[in-house]
Amino acid sequence: MALLELDDVSVHYGRIQAIHDMSIHVEEGEIVSLIGANGAGKTTTMRAVAGLLGLSGGSITFDGDDISRTKAHLRVVRGISLTPEGRGIFPSMTVLENLDMGAYARKDKSSMSADFDRVFDLFPRLKERQKQSGGTMSGGEQQMLAIGRALMAHPKLLLLDEPSMGLAPQFIRQIFRIIKEVNQQGTTVLLVEQNANQALKLANRAYILETGRITREGSGAELAADDAVKAAYLGG
Amino acid sequence: MSMGKDPLGGVHAEQQEDNAQAAEDQPRSGGVLGGVRRWWAGLERWQQWILLAVFLVLVLLLPVINPPIISTPDTDFSIACFNMARFALAALGLNVVVGQAGLLDLGYVGFFAIGCYVAALWTSPDSSYVHIPYLFTLPLAMVVTAFFGILLGVPTLRLRGDYLAIVTLGFGEIIRLLANIVPALKGNTGFQNIGMPPGTRDGKPLFENGTAWYMLTVLIIVAVMLLLGNLERSRVGRAWIAIREDEDAAETMGVPTFKYKLWAFAIGAAIGGLSGALFAGQVGFINNQRFDVPTSMLFLAAVVLGGSGNKFGAIIGGAIVSYVPDRFTGIADYKYLIFGVVLVVLMIFRPQGLLPARNHLLAAIRRLRDWVGSAPSGTPSTAATGATSVSLGKEKDR
Repeated sequence: MALLELDDVSVHYGRIQAIHDMSIHVEEGEIVSLIGANGAGKTTTMRAVAGLLGLSGGSITFDGDDISRTKAHLRVVRGISLTPEGRGIFPSMTVLENLDMGAYARKDKSSMSADFDRVFDLFPRLKERQKQSGGTMSGGEQQMLAIGRALMAHPKLLLLDEPSMGLAPQFIRQIFRIIKEVNQQGTTVLLVEQNANQALKLANRAYILETGRITREGSGAELAADDAVKAAYLGG
Repeated sequence: MSMGKDPLGGVHAEQQEDNAQAAEDQPRSGGVLGGVRRWWAGLERWQQWILLAVFLVLVLLLPVINPPIISTPDTDFSIACFNMARFALAALGLNVVVGQAGLLDLGYVGFFAIGCYVAALWTSPDSSYVHIPYLFTLPLAMVVTAFFGILLGVPTLRLRGDYLAIVTLGFGEIIRLLANIVPALKGNTGFQNIGMPPGTRDGKPLFENGTAWYMLTVLIIVAVMLLLGNLERSRVGRAWIAIREDEDAAETMGVPTFKYKLWAFAIGAAIGGLSGALFAGQVGFINNQRFDVPTSMLFLAAVVLGGSGNKFGAIIGGAIVSYVPDRFTGIADYKYLIFGVVLVVLMIFRPQGLLPARNHLLAAIRRLRDWVGSAPSGTPSTAATGATSVSLGKEKDR
């Protein structure tokens, strides 16, 4: 059974429908990418999975339970963690405090020390900057912080919304390398990206999203080799 | 070192742990304020206690000392002091809503009014309700206003930013209009001889003059600050800051944002109601003429002036907003103009207010450090990088 399953999901903003009968699934241990242009509905999908947007149709199943009506703050407890578009770090809090907020929903505070170590292993930069307030860091560092913060919740499923947005190339490579590492440590990843090239390379499977509808799906390698996908998303 | 022992709500807990690094930790608070903070952080705990006690005694004795320059020419100084204290208390409550949780409330006077009417309805001979001793109306006013806070919050706290501000503005007006319309609230006629606490001195009621009212209110402020300090350092306080900074992110961290916004509303309302009940008792007369929109704006101005999110700032802001028109009666008619100009100037040169909100969460620091194991390096180089990148980072993120 899939870890995450969206079944005929529709999402409306007022009268405008942003997502049309979307059905996707993410298996445990996978990295799945959602590729699409601006306004295709990628972020909307992520926010719906995280619980920040209500569904107007369909259902979301996570780990065997229907969570369509579960509030966002309770989905975290179940194991879904979102790194939002634009990172959404708390600017006046220090790096440490941001990470601590990531563990807000957790009951077992005993292993916190190990979690900090894990995050600092992945992001040595955050360890150097732990007393700095989040708002004063560079975009790349903030992205690291946002991912680290999401990991502090011990998610089964990590939702990453445009982690490469606005970052310098060396940061992008680093972020993608870390996503792979996080995945190898056992966290399932659903990744939304405009950077289709990198996202397809990284993903086990991918979906192409166009104006709120899934138009193609396949393995990352398959889609990367597909002529139409190449033309539309990979610059020829 | 136990933070719970800190006399004024542990605001300085973090600084004490960081004595050596205080300078580097406060890149934003240079100048006089930074100097005072560093001096304070360098003191022993018992020294801080003594200083605070002396300071509190001085504050309590303010109307008795009646210092010549500070004294108000046309208003009884003890009354002016009480007004400062009740404004400060109300600002303290509004600061929970606006400063801590980041919810713009433009109808705060509504809660103040409800507190006034609770005191009036249950103590004034003009009211046909059961009469209870005045002091019981203080907790009653808090309970009733907290209830109204929840009543207002449940339907409206799903709104954000400007929408919430508009609805709360309407709430304040609704309360004022209800005071006009509802017969039991006696409109313009109002209530006379509202009760006061017991006690006599030289055969006259102790609470006949402003001094006793002032002292009572200051002691209540201290108690409220201790409670709020504890709250700020709890999960609730962290949740509020997270909500203020990024509500969606807070929600996806597992913060039940709606619940904690409601908490902020209820607590803020209760403190506003308490201030109202004290006011009604001191004045002794309440009618529908005192609860207009500009009063809400004055409360808000007090919070912003003092430094939104800083409870000491709220108190100073509240005191200033009340004191200035009483002291400089010549300009009292222009007080809205003056506060308006002051706020505009303040927003240009010191947008964080007189006493800025503390940059760090207070409680988390020590605990986090234990978890992280090795003490953070906190080397000057790290801190310096932080300081220099402040302006750059801010611009990049907007």
